[in-house]
Amino acid sequence: MKKSIFIGAFAATSLVAGVAQAQQTLEAILDRGELNCGVSTGLAGFSAPDANGVWQGFDVAKCRAVAAAILDDPMAVNFVPTTGQTRFSALASGEVDMLARNTTWTFTRDIDLRLTFVGTNYYDGQGFMVPREIGVSSGMELDGATVCIQTGTTTELNLADFFRANGMEYEPVPIETNAEAQQQYLAGACDVYTTDVSGLAATRASFGEPDDHVILPEVISKEPLGPVVRDGDKNWEGIVRWTLFALMAAEELGVTSANVEELAQGTDSPEINRLLGSEGDFGDMLGLDSDWAVRAIAASGNYGEIFAANIGEQTPIGLARGLNAQWTQGGLIYAPPFR
Amino acid sequence: MSTTTEQRVSTTPPKKGFTLSMLLYDQRYRSITIQVFFLFLLMLGAAWLIDNTVNNLRAQGKDFSFAFLGNPAGYDISQRPIEYNSQMTHGRAALVGLLNTLILAVMACVLATVLGVIAGVLRLSNNWIVGRLMTVYVEVFRNIPTLLWILIFGAIMTEAMPAPSAFRGDDPASSMLFNDAVAVTNRGVYVPAIMFARDLGTLTIGPVSPSISWILVIFIVAGSIWANKLLINHATRVQNATGVRPKTWWKSILILVGPLALYFFLLGAHLDYPELTGFNFSGGTHLRNSLIAMWLGLGIYTGAFVAENVRSGILAISRGQTEAAFALGLQPGKTMRLIILPQALRVIIPPLISQYLNITKNTSLGLAVGYMDLRSTLGGITINQTGRELEGMMLMMLIYLAISLTISGGMNVYNSRVKLKER
Repeated sequence: MKKSIFIGAFAATSLVAGVAQAQQTLEAILDRGELNCGVSTGLAGFSAPDANGVWQGFDVAKCRAVAAAILDDPMAVNFVPTTGQTRFSALASGEVDMLARNTTWTFTRDIDLRLTFVGTNYYDGQGFMVPREIGVSSGMELDGATVCIQTGTTTELNLADFFRANGMEYEPVPIETNAEAQQQYLAGACDVYTTDVSGLAATRASFGEPDDHVILPEVISKEPLGPVVRDGDKNWEGIVRWTLFALMAAEELGVTSANVEELAQGTDSPEINRLLGSEGDFGDMLGLDSDWAVRAIAASGNYGEIFAANIGEQTPIGLARGLNAQWTQGGLIYAPPFR
Repeated sequence: MSTTTEQRVSTTPPKKGFTLSMLLYDQRYRSITIQVFFLFLLMLGAAWLIDNTVNNLRAQGKDFSFAFLGNPAGYDISQRPIEYNSQMTHGRAALVGLLNTLILAVMACVLATVLGVIAGVLRLSNNWIVGRLMTVYVEVFRNIPTLLWILIFGAIMTEAMPAPSAFRGDDPASSMLFNDAVAVTNRGVYVPAIMFARDLGTLTIGPVSPSISWILVIFIVAGSIWANKLLINHATRVQNATGVRPKTWWKSILILVGPLALYFFLLGAHLDYPELTGFNFSGGTHLRNSLIAMWLGLGIYTGAFVAENVRSGILAISRGQTEAAFALGLQPGKTMRLIILPQALRVIIPPLISQYLNITKNTSLGLAVGYMDLRSTLGGITINQTGRELEGMMLMMLIYLAISLTISGGMNVYNSRVKLKER
């Protein structure tokens, strides 16, 4: 009986550990006719279903651009909600083709967990949100506070470091999803909610009285967020990476969802021509056709349009471009040349 | 058949040589053939699984190593039965989680047993209201998934209880219970803790360092119970010899309470009351929401199953036993305690073992309310931060298996003591 338990246990773990990836990711997606994209379980502005059940947001737009580039249909995406704890297993096991889920690029994840970060689409940092009425104006005043954290994220490690470095005590309340954290925080079960500042802003925007809560000035970490793919499929990695860069380059070069069709006919700028496929054969090199970038940009616009529509200053979330402006505007968004 | 044929058969056994077809058609070999065949299939299956695992690990560029257990964990744990901080190792974090699992399992088993025995006995009560009330308890709790009960108790604690800030100010909205001793907040319940003015320090046994003062408390309590048992045995002997049972109740109380009280007095025991400082209460013992929700959820839910076990055990005892006891003039309470329950235990214990195992395994639902048990530390954050799913899951399964086998082993020993003695 003990032997059968052991074998059963081994079977379960080895199935979880990985499905043999005999087929290349791109072929698998073309066969399936659908892109499996891992997103968060719901964070307004980044990835959340709208009233009609259609996923919307900054991270969602990234999945749609990739789907449009490959399958010529931005809606051919199967969104798989993942928690902080399940996301990497979902990716490693082949349940999703890519993650677009506020995932921080770190050394351990890149090297030890064997994930491939294709780039950074949002430069973020961890912050604290507290109710205005408790009168705290700095993170240094949080000694003894009860802090809600999403478990399985870099935030819980940064939090431990921040409090230890400043010689302060705290009581962690580990929580699975942003929605649960929001409920615990509003019920007063914790004094502070900590996550990436963009996540705090998005969460606050969904409160009944957003003005009753302040985001403290301290940003305690660097959180470069970006899409992630499995290690070992160079072509697929290239498609996701250069779709991201195509959206960034489009903003830099003035290509928008409104004028992309017109510019695709050919322009005086060789770089735009190479990007949109009227010159060169960049699409072929990726295993796609020459219009791949046109479709990706047409799906929900260039990087700037996606930012403005989902999390920009005109939206309830109201994030300024800041670090996420183009490098020409003093930000860090910088696409390598299409050459 | 004539006798001569029989004799011939027995004296000259068939001298046929072994042929391959006998493996399948000869009854002497067939069972062995089938067993060997299935063993072969089993090993083939195992080989395929191991090969698949090794290949997949290689494809992902991962090795199989438990070295991660020695690396710094980096994360904090709220409920720490032993010394722990974020600079200690993943192994230490797993140990903290394991202790949290065991604490919760023991608390929930005790609650389930107490509730189960009471509800099981009362469900058979002749009082209509009491009987029906217990039926409602059993049916409501065992027919709703335990995870929902845990979430309900968790939500009651966070949503319905006052925040610590409600206790502040000259005219606070909430006040502490029992003469400022207990604070019920939406972050948990703070109760006074027993502290020793003259503490005896700590022992160091491997990775843990338990307090000597509290180990002695356990020894004193065990000693008192043993001494009390001697006293009761003595009273029984006197009763058997003389027919008169000596009064023992005041001696029992003295033996049970006296030594402990003296020990507490000598060590200067006093209560450490919780007090509101800064954001939260400090001092006393903090029973976190997650612990309370898990404890009530698992204990009350499983108590309903235990109640049914107890009821079936009691109903299994022939009605004649009760009637015989009544005929001897025993009161209903004594009949239950002295005649029925000891016999019913034989029927109750085996299913009770599986309920205890269920409770222990269900503690892994702790993540739902943020209880930092083994599943949340080793099986959750550690796996997530190190990417060692295979190693972490196997280690966790091994630990749960070891706990479960220990519980069922211990309960089987108890079962063999109470079961019908056959000589």
